[in-house]
Amino acid sequence: MTSPRTGRATPPRIAGYAAVAALLAAFSGSPSAHAESVTVVSYGGSYARACQKAYHEPFTAETGIEVRLADFNGDLAQIRAQVETGNVHWDVVDLNFPELVRACDEGLLEPIALDDLPPGPDGTPARDDYLEGVPLEGCSGGGMLYSTVYAYNRESFPGEKPTTIADFFDLEKFPGRRGMRRRPAANLEFALMADGVPADRVYAVLDTPEGMDRAFRKLDTIKDRIVWWEAGAQPPQMLADREVTMSTAWNGRIFNARVLENQPFTIVWDGQVLDGSSLAIVAGTPNLEAARRFLLFAARVESMAAVSRYIAYGPVRRSGASLVSTHAETGIDMRPHMPTSPRNMANAVFNDWEWWSDNGDEINERFNAWLAR
Amino acid sequence: MARALRSARVRAALLTLPLVAFIGATFVAPLGAMLIRGVHQPLVADSMPRTLARLEGWDGRSVPDEATFRTLASELRSLRERRVLGAVAARVNRVESGMRGALVRTARKLRRASPASWREATIAADPAWGEARAWRAIRRAGERYTARHYLNALDLRRDAAGAVSAQPPERRIYLSLLGRTLAVAAAITAICLVLGYPLAHLIANARPATSNLLLLLVLVPFWTSLLVRTTSWIVLLQNQGVVNDLLVAVGLIDEEERVALIYNMTGTLIAMTHVLLPFMILPLYAVMRTIPPQYLRAAASLGATWRQAFVRVYWPQTLPGAAAGALLVFILAIGYYITPALVGGRTGQLISNMIAYHMQESLNWGLAAALGGVLLVCVAALYLVYDRLVGIERMRLA
Repeated sequence: MTSPRTGRATPPRIAGYAAVAALLAAFSGSPSAHAESVTVVSYGGSYARACQKAYHEPFTAETGIEVRLADFNGDLAQIRAQVETGNVHWDVVDLNFPELVRACDEGLLEPIALDDLPPGPDGTPARDDYLEGVPLEGCSGGGMLYSTVYAYNRESFPGEKPTTIADFFDLEKFPGRRGMRRRPAANLEFALMADGVPADRVYAVLDTPEGMDRAFRKLDTIKDRIVWWEAGAQPPQMLADREVTMSTAWNGRIFNARVLENQPFTIVWDGQVLDGSSLAIVAGTPNLEAARRFLLFAARVESMAAVSRYIAYGPVRRSGASLVSTHAETGIDMRPHMPTSPRNMANAVFNDWEWWSDNGDEINERFNAWLAR
Repeated sequence: MARALRSARVRAALLTLPLVAFIGATFVAPLGAMLIRGVHQPLVADSMPRTLARLEGWDGRSVPDEATFRTLASELRSLRERRVLGAVAARVNRVESGMRGALVRTARKLRRASPASWREATIAADPAWGEARAWRAIRRAGERYTARHYLNALDLRRDAAGAVSAQPPERRIYLSLLGRTLAVAAAITAICLVLGYPLAHLIANARPATSNLLLLLVLVPFWTSLLVRTTSWIVLLQNQGVVNDLLVAVGLIDEEERVALIYNMTGTLIAMTHVLLPFMILPLYAVMRTIPPQYLRAAASLGATWRQAFVRVYWPQTLPGAAAGALLVFILAIGYYITPALVGGRTGQLISNMIAYHMQESLNWGLAAALGGVLLVCVAALYLVYDRLVGIERMRLA
């Protein structure tokens, strides 16, 4: 294996790979050198473009391994199908924490030893460098912190502007349709906080049957006005089209629509639900070596900090925080736009991935029944 | 002579063998495997055989004995090492929420332990083990054959005592969804018949040039990708879409009261009717073309009114086509899922969307199989009723 500390390949090694690849290609009669590419599956849109510029292209420049990008919605079904049928064609997947933990438990991912991950720039071992609450279950590296927030189109509200999570549920003060992601996670948290539950009590309340009823009752109050979205690129689109007046969204998508397309959107950070995602390798991939090199490259603090130059998502490593600087194309200071910026954290809840892994199945069933009514 | 005939018949039968093998491999076998999945769930039984064996003699109320705790710990440890614990835990979690975490946490905490009391150590690892509920969940999930998914698909459940009862109201969904699916399929069939019948008649009786043109207009959408047609409806019907813009422009509605034509049941009905219309028109046209126009003229010359001629002469002769079209449209509509998924929004979802959800997202394939089984039984039952009413042998597809 290549030096795991740096993930850097020495030139003779590249030549070796190329030779092996050429040999393989000659034997299989395939026109492309398959061993020299890695398929990375992510969430598409501006986030995937940010990752491409931040660490896919530098990785290809450094190793000569081509990165192929594919999209998915974050579900485990396709990964499970590939692993179970032994026909793995995704190498690296970008998974949200609850799915990451589940997939790792189920043996769908290749194990990654924590000590193999690259240390911080100051030499801090990876083990001590990851933020608290980041599930390091031995299957992942790399990744970023993002947030589910709500945003509104300023043109929809010329007078008073929404400022709190309660305003999202206030149809009298702020009329119009609302966009929400078509799954219970984050929405139930929003509902409870809007109903007056303090952020640090959200999961304690949700854990009781009365608390769960309370969250659904709160959602009931705006149910008829909700337009449901599935892909991260939809909320900025719906806001721009005035299909909705406000929508929950991933903060980076709104940020990019604002700075790159000059959309009149404002993010309300009150009641934000922080979450993260991390890279992992699909168990049984034929490109294990290339996939590992890619993952270790992405796990470098520099790679994570580079993502923050293209989209407002923060590094999951402590040493990355000081490296967040300006937006690569517009020069805007990125620090106030990070979900973890102190000003944005005044009333925030961190997604309890363990609670969601335990209760997700049951809540999803109830959510579906609620939707269909 | 008889022998020659028989061998000819055998040869003819042999020629169908490739087809039989093809259908067996691509239709009967997967369908069978899927239906079996609805009742056969061997994973937990195969993964925790010793713990389940110990629970066989357990009363279901007290906390089990020390030996059971020790067996559980050793099996959890081995499942964790073989990296199948998560899959097993996910199955048990479907019986009792929270068990995924309990199993995974316990296995993690006990992975190197060798305590004096396994019972205390396990309960310390996760307090759930101090209650009979957790053990009942293990026992229930360990049933190799289970009616759980079929009960669930019918909005029923088994309570702690084992009696079957209805789901609490906030969890009931599948029966009403099944009813909605059947109603939508019937409505679409009716709309298709009303819209398609005059058009088919027109095509069958127009001059050849006109008739060819009209037929082409029916066939072009038929040959166009389903996704293209569905997304075109989105462009037309959405809130800021062509139809709404037009209504606002001519002043029929105000800017503020644009009509919700899509992402609801209306959207599903409109788009599915359009998608399925050719399946009604084509069999109708095929039958109508063979009806000589003289019949209607004869009826008229014998004094029948227009209405009588239609009801007593024309309609009965087109019935085989209408029956075939209706059956085709109905059965296709029952199983449709892409169109409702794209344009149905919250209220326009059908049972197949729920099956797809359980196949692709919740990964509860057992429940998906059970829902599919229920749907299959419904369709089979309707088919029999239909056969009684219309008579399948009278149907003509072309």
